[in-house]
Amino acid sequence: MAVKFQLNGKQVSADVEPDTPLLWVIRDTFGLTGTKFGCGIAQCGACTVHLNGLTRRSCVTPVSQVDGGMVTTIEGLDGKEARAIQDAWVGIDVPQCGFCQSGQVMSATALLKEIPNPSDDNIDQAMAGNICRCATYVRIRKAIHNAADTLEG
Amino acid sequence: MQHVVYSLAGASLIAAMAFLTPGASSVASENGTSNETLKSPEAFKSISDKGERSVALFNEMGKVITHPRCMNCHPRGDSPLQGMNMQKHQPPVVRGAGGMGAPAMRCSTCHGAENVPFTGSEGSIPGHEVWRLAPPEQAWVGKSLGEICRQLKDQKRSHMTLAELQKHNATDGLVGWGWNPGDGRTPVPGSQKVFGALTQAWIETGAECPDV
Repeated sequence: MAVKFQLNGKQVSADVEPDTPLLWVIRDTFGLTGTKFGCGIAQCGACTVHLNGLTRRSCVTPVSQVDGGMVTTIEGLDGKEARAIQDAWVGIDVPQCGFCQSGQVMSATALLKEIPNPSDDNIDQAMAGNICRCATYVRIRKAIHNAADTLEG
Repeated sequence: MQHVVYSLAGASLIAAMAFLTPGASSVASENGTSNETLKSPEAFKSISDKGERSVALFNEMGKVITHPRCMNCHPRGDSPLQGMNMQKHQPPVVRGAGGMGAPAMRCSTCHGAENVPFTGSEGSIPGHEVWRLAPPEQAWVGKSLGEICRQLKDQKRSHMTLAELQKHNATDGLVGWGWNPGDGRTPVPGSQKVFGALTQAWIETGAECPDV
């Protein structure tokens, strides 16, 4: 049975087993490899996408659960918050190896959409599920604050 | 169905997790079966004193209520627990509005409408509609069974009449998840049907609470 949903604003149909992880479909069926496989058990955040505007770990999401929904990946991320986050990331060179960064950006953008001027606590709570082996956490927090400043300005 | 497992860079992140989230590895370490049984109300008919029978019924209900599968989402404080050893939830999450987590890190970020087996490893991520913490006034962790009993009877804290509590125990889906917790998790003993019957019998015998 084909699962139909919006992927980065385009209607798509995936003819896969309904319990196939969304991450597999994003990467293998549609070739969007910006979203990463990290742990496969929703512990690292590398596979974060937006489902109907909210963060979602795609490695533990059967594709059947997104039927009729709207999925956004790092390739389709858009809007003023996303641009502010991406500019801030570039501005202070947040990534080191970069593997976790698409998930970090997805979570950070979702945070700014809900809380335009987040506190350190807001940031820590929102980003708690996104692990960075390079420990770029200080730069991530700084970049989110910088992005928030540009949105205010 | 055969899934491809991405393993190269992923292995690095798993290594990082082993360092940063020591609890993660125990998520799937349970045996998946309950060692306890749950007696039906008929087992208590030999207790002639109605009050004593009521207390005995609640003590039996306590096998469910105090099971980590239930206690973990009735925490003291603002963070859920997990596992049979009731360790702090990993990743570290907070209660947030409605007990559903913080902006950009809600319960629904990871927990869907049903349990989902992991792909490529044992265990599963738990899920049910709607996954959330019990409110702070329904915190159970650290309390005696008698204190929990009196808390359940106090409508200011339970927000339920006894009849509503019985219905909750007997039919609520999130309560029922305790008997269907997914691969790698020990279920609470007995069945929701017996738990509901025990609750009904406890109410009918005066809803007496253990002293302690």
